[in-house]
Amino acid sequence: MIVFALGTEEYGVEVEKVRTIERMQPMTRVPKAPEFIKGVINLRGVVIPIIDLRSRFGLETQNYTDATRIIIVSQGDYEVGLIVDSANDVIDLDTDNIDNPPEIVGGIKAKYLDGIARVGGQRLLVLLNLEQVLDRHEIQQLERTED
Amino acid sequence: MELSQYLSMFIDESREHLQAMNENLLSLENNPQDISIVHNIFRSAHTLKGMSATMGFEDIASLTHEMENVLDLVRNHKLAMDSFIFDCIFKSLDSLESMVEDIIQGGTGKADVTQIVASLGSIVTGDYKKSSADAPASTDSNKKEGTKGIEVDEFQYSILQQSIDSGFLVFFIKVSVREDCVLKAARAYMVFDALEQNGEIVKATPSVQDIEQEKFDRTFSVYYISKIDKASLQKEILNVSEIESAEITTVDSESLADMSRKQSEVEAATKEIAAAVAAVAPEASDAPAAKAEPNASAKPAAGGAPVANRTIRVDIERLDALMNLFSELLIDRVRLEQLASEVKRNDLSETVEHMSRVSSDLQNIVLKLRMVPVDSVFNRFPRMIRDLAKSLNKKVDLVITGAETELDRTVIDEIGDPLVHLLRNSVDHGIESINDRLAAGKPEHGTVYLRAFHSGNHVFIEIEEDGRGINREKVLKTALKNGLITQDQAAKLSDTEVYNLLFESGFSTADKISDISGRGVGLDVVKTKIQMLGGHVHVESKPGLGSKFSVQLPLTLSIISAMLVKLGSEKYAIPLSSIVETSAIQRNQVRNIHGNKMIEYRNSVIPLVSLSTLFDVPDFKEDMEDETEIVVVRKGDKQVALMVDEFIGQQEIVLKTLGKYLSGLFAISGATILGDGQVALIIDPNALIK
Repeated sequence: MIVFALGTEEYGVEVEKVRTIERMQPMTRVPKAPEFIKGVINLRGVVIPIIDLRSRFGLETQNYTDATRIIIVSQGDYEVGLIVDSANDVIDLDTDNIDNPPEIVGGIKAKYLDGIARVGGQRLLVLLNLEQVLDRHEIQQLERTED
Repeated sequence: MELSQYLSMFIDESREHLQAMNENLLSLENNPQDISIVHNIFRSAHTLKGMSATMGFEDIASLTHEMENVLDLVRNHKLAMDSFIFDCIFKSLDSLESMVEDIIQGGTGKADVTQIVASLGSIVTGDYKKSSADAPASTDSNKKEGTKGIEVDEFQYSILQQSIDSGFLVFFIKVSVREDCVLKAARAYMVFDALEQNGEIVKATPSVQDIEQEKFDRTFSVYYISKIDKASLQKEILNVSEIESAEITTVDSESLADMSRKQSEVEAATKEIAAAVAAVAPEASDAPAAKAEPNASAKPAAGGAPVANRTIRVDIERLDALMNLFSELLIDRVRLEQLASEVKRNDLSETVEHMSRVSSDLQNIVLKLRMVPVDSVFNRFPRMIRDLAKSLNKKVDLVITGAETELDRTVIDEIGDPLVHLLRNSVDHGIESINDRLAAGKPEHGTVYLRAFHSGNHVFIEIEEDGRGINREKVLKTALKNGLITQDQAAKLSDTEVYNLLFESGFSTADKISDISGRGVGLDVVKTKIQMLGGHVHVESKPGLGSKFSVQLPLTLSIISAMLVKLGSEKYAIPLSSIVETSAIQRNQVRNIHGNKMIEYRNSVIPLVSLSTLFDVPDFKEDMEDETEIVVVRKGDKQVALMVDEFIGQQEIVLKTLGKYLSGLFAISGATILGDGQVALIIDPNALIK
């Protein structure tokens, strides 16, 4: 698991799905794209769309800092970058420690989550369901509501 | 040994050798005395045989082996090439090609090549001559027997081999009936019957049908698998009345391979006619042999081995990776240049400058690596034209020029089919039949010119013939009939416009649509394909003098010329191919019609589109300017003016996709990476015009 932070919460995404972690870099805005798509970057010759995860989850946006990272993930045919507040850690997880996602009132929709993992004594890790996060159908629905 | 990793190499090389053999064979056909060409073909065949045997493609190996036998005789002056042999070898090459094709498709490369192997075998034994030379004189039975060799095909061979391996006895039996025998077929049938009681007949020569129809002379032979011994077998056969003799040879695995050939030779020798042929054959080959001598002796001096291509194969994906890495390098270069200008140290600026020059040279080389000579497409055409002319009974020369012209690999892969179509069209419809040509006072041989050449940023491929030209009236009539044009239009159309009607879909001027091509049927497909590649095709024609198809293609698909424009701080690229003109307009030239902004442009009124509004550009609005730069783009005959902030200039850009995640974006067809590493989006003008 790659552990990254969004606000006060910590999230996890499987190592196999992460290609690289990059620092923030100049982006090219893509007009008419959903708002959470911040633009595209040139990653060693490949053009990759960048998603602001805060905006994707409907969290309040924050200014990017030195700690801000882009996690390049690939899920199925998609290869996208996720903007996160910081990328911290790589940890091993025991599947026994993963619970089903609880309903979080006022937080991120549960369907984006695969589960909650307890790490050590104190840390709680939210496991991201990339498939749902990158679901194009939902994006198209979003587009339609915008129109 | 794990062979799959060598498969792609095998396929590439097989194709090369087949191509080489095809070419050499064609040139041998024009110059049959040149034994050095035969040597070349032999070498290719030999390599192919070795490769395919190693890879376990036995059918290919055995067919090439048969071919080699023929070629071996030819190069040793024991046999002279004639049209039968040429056809036969061409046919073999076709089978080999289809087998290799099968392997490419994931098959096992197996095919039934009995027929060809038999013909090749008959060439080796000289039997085929009999059938052609003596056909009028000899009886039916003779002819049939002559063309059939005694070779076993791969399948039968393996049966025999397996039988030997599993302890059965395999015999080659030659049975002769008595001269005074009345019912030869019946006797043969009785022999077969007797044999089948104790074993199995694998192969009969002549074939069983022919024997049943009494299409054999006095002897027939069979491969036979049985458990009974030789003596009792002989007794069984001789029990059938009116059988004169039964020669039985036991076949073991060693002798099995050359057995088939030797036996057929023996058989040939036993025939009276064979003697006559044998006398003729050396004569026939003597003459060319004498003439070929100087050639043959001159060749070794030039070096026995063929000049090896000094090339290596590279996977196209590696080239792409190289390109990508290279764009990385360009980004660093720009950064270095900036730093150097800030630091202002002479040594540094000089070094950076030098690096810039080296890297732009490098860039050119990397781009050129993807270029392939059109030769790789053209080289299959001579053979195609030969076969086509033969089947249409026309005489056609194909003249190829500019085969060394280079095109991007992606274009090369796509351009073959359209060209095949145009060439077929030219031979089928353009070139007249021999009689018509003579009547028109033209030479018997029609000529098709296939030219390729560079011009600016494009490659042109022209296909021109000296045939009858396009019949304007006929084209018009068909177009009217199909409702493509009206009577009024018909009168006004220029010749070129009329000829271009050929490219409309569902159009054919051919009275009868042949299986080769119908002029028009498929030409629309050709046009679509070429347009898909970003090219154009048009046709010129002079009645009675011939027609010319001219295909214009971009050098590459991955690099296009584009106009880079600025909208505030953002940069966009507009493909040059759809730009009509760039200019500037004053604010007061903009009209409002029905709430839409329009401008007058060359005697027409066209819509004015604000790109910045369309793309919600944050830091720029055309409204703030008194004078606006515009780009006029077109789609078909519709035009639209796009307002932009500033022109950056024309540039070659490398096309990149935006990836699956961003597919279906409005008016954006892709992206490119600029020299400074920034991504610029490519505008799709077609989406802006409705």
